[in-house]
Amino acid sequence: MGVENLTTVVIGAGHAGLAASHFLSAASIDHVVLERGEVANSWRRERWDSLRLLTPNWCSRLPGYRYDGPDPDGYMTVAEVIEFIDRFATVCRAPVRTGTAVTSVRRVDGGYHVTTSQGELRCRSVVIASGACNRPVVPPFAEAIPPFIEQITPFDYRGPSQLPEGGVLVVGASATGVQLADEIRRSGRPVILSVGEHVRMPRTYRGRDVLWWMDAAGVWDQRHDEIEDLNRARRLPSPQLIGSPERRTLDLNALMDAGVELVGRMAVVRDGRALFSGGLRNVLSLADLKLGRLLTTFDEWATEKGIDGEVPPPERPEPTRVPASPRLQIDLTRGEIRSIVWATGFRPDYEWLDVPVLDAKGQLRHDGGVVDSPGLYALGLPVLRRRKSTFIHGIEDDAREVIDHLVGYLAGRVN
Amino acid sequence: MTTTVDNGVNVKALLDAREALKAAPEAAQFKWRVTSTWNRGVHTTVRVKDFFGLGQEQSHKTESVFQADHPEVFAADDNGITPIEYLLVGLASCLTAGIASVAQNRGIQLRSVEATVEGSHDIRGILGADSDVRNGYNDITVTFRIDADASREEIEALVAQSQKRSAVFDALTNPTNVTVQVA
Repeated sequence: MGVENLTTVVIGAGHAGLAASHFLSAASIDHVVLERGEVANSWRRERWDSLRLLTPNWCSRLPGYRYDGPDPDGYMTVAEVIEFIDRFATVCRAPVRTGTAVTSVRRVDGGYHVTTSQGELRCRSVVIASGACNRPVVPPFAEAIPPFIEQITPFDYRGPSQLPEGGVLVVGASATGVQLADEIRRSGRPVILSVGEHVRMPRTYRGRDVLWWMDAAGVWDQRHDEIEDLNRARRLPSPQLIGSPERRTLDLNALMDAGVELVGRMAVVRDGRALFSGGLRNVLSLADLKLGRLLTTFDEWATEKGIDGEVPPPERPEPTRVPASPRLQIDLTRGEIRSIVWATGFRPDYEWLDVPVLDAKGQLRHDGGVVDSPGLYALGLPVLRRRKSTFIHGIEDDAREVIDHLVGYLAGRVN
Repeated sequence: MTTTVDNGVNVKALLDAREALKAAPEAAQFKWRVTSTWNRGVHTTVRVKDFFGLGQEQSHKTESVFQADHPEVFAADDNGITPIEYLLVGLASCLTAGIASVAQNRGIQLRSVEATVEGSHDIRGILGADSDVRNGYNDITVTFRIDADASREEIEALVAQSQKRSAVFDALTNPTNVTVQVA
C-alpha cells in the first residue's frame, strides 16, 4: 500500500475535530478526519448511562449549526449528544474515516508522516483533536487496596447496579465524582466521598442557569493570555454540576442531605487503611470563597448592564456545612467499603505522538493550540484559548483561530 | 494603587524562584535537619543550623538552640516547651508567613496578624491509659486576628490560601512516611 498525500490530517472526529474540518473546508484545504472508532466515539463508549451534558441545550452550538429543539433550557442525554455531533458531521460534510486508529505521527521533511491502522499518510500539517480525557487517572496507592474491594473508573462505570452491595468510597469531587456519589447513594448504598480541591457551583443563580451567567458576563470568553496562572486554570476540576430535568443543584450540601459522608482528600493506603487529609475544612472554605467571588462578578456585571430589574436579587448559597469530625482513616479490611470509584480525573493519551512536544507531565506544549512544532496544532484541550475551550460551544472561536493560523502557516506567512 | 504595599516579603524573588525551579526540579530538593542531645529526664536540647538546598549545603546565619521538656504537672523540670507544642509553633509561624506572602502578592497591606493556636490532646494516649485514644492531637484550631486594608472576604481568602500553600499545615493534615532508625 502506498503513502497517501494530503495537506492536513485531523485526528479525532469529536466536536473539536469536526469543527476543525468545517474551517478547513471553508478555506478549501484538502484534509481527512481520522477516527479510531465512530463519530463522537468517547460519548459512545466511555460515559455512564445517566450522564447528561452540563451545559443547557441553548449552549449546544457548533460552527454553522446549533440546537434547534423544543427545550433550550434542558440538558442533552448521551444519546442526544451523539446524535447532535453525528448530525454536525453530516451537515459540515466532514471527510471522516472511521475505524482508522492513528498509531504514529512523526515529523518528516516538509511535514508529518501519519501511520494508521488503515495505511500511511503524509501531510504538511496535523490537527490533534483526540480529546483531553483519553485515560482515567488513578492514584498510585490504588495498588495497595485489598484485592476483595472492587475498583472502577468512570470509563467502565455504567450505573450503580454494576457495583457490589455495600459501602462505596467515591474518590474525587468534580462533576463526575458528585454525580456518581449521588446516584450510587440513591441506589441505597452507603457512600463516602473523598473531597480535595473542587469547584462549587449552583445550577441556577438569580433565576438563570449558572452557565448563562458564565456566558453573558464574559467569564467563559476570558482568553488564555489574560489568565494569571494558566497552568492552574488548565488543571481545574470540572464544576460540581449535573444536567437534570429539574435543574437541581448538586453541591456537597445536597450530597450530605442525601446521606453521603464526606472525608478529606485521600492521601494514601497504609496497612490496609485508607488515610484522608485533615484539611477538608479548608478545601470547603476555598471553594465557598471562590464561588462567592464568581457570584459577585455576575452581580457587578448585572448592575453594569442595568439588568438588575430583569432578574431576582442577588443571593448567596448556604456555606458548605463542615462535618464536625470527618474520619481521617477507614479500615479497608473490615468490609465497610466494598468498592471504590476513582473519579480522580483524566488525562490525554499521546502514546502515538512521536514528536517531542510533551512536557515533563505528559501534556502538550502549545500556545493557544499552536504546538511547539511547525504545522502541528491542537484543539479541544482545557482553556486552550479561552475558559470555554472544552465545552461544545467553546470550540468555534478556538477552531476558527487555530485553523486561521494553520492556513497562514501553509501559505508561508507564519512558522 | 497609589501607595506601595510593603509587608516585607520579597514576592518577586519568590515568583522568580518558582519559575526557575519549574525547569530545575532537582534544585528544589531540600533537606531540613535538626540534631538533638538528651540531657536528663525528659529534657532534650535541639540545635538547628545547617540544611541542604539549591544543590548544596546551606547554613542559617546563626545556630538556633531549643530546649524541649515537659511541664511540672508531668512531673518534669520544665526546662522548655513540650515537643508537641513545637508543632503549634511551626503551624502558627508557617501560616503567618503564608498570609504575609499572599497579602504582598495580592497588594494587601497588613497592619497586624495575630494567631492563637490550640491543640486538643487527650494524654491518656501517650500514657497508655486507653488504647483507643491516639497519641497525637485530636483537633487543632487556629484563630487569626488580622488588621489589614482588605474586606473580610479578602482576609478569609488570604487565610485559606495560606493553608493551601503551607508546609506545616500539609505535614499535620496528611500522612508522612517516617523512618526512625538506630545508626
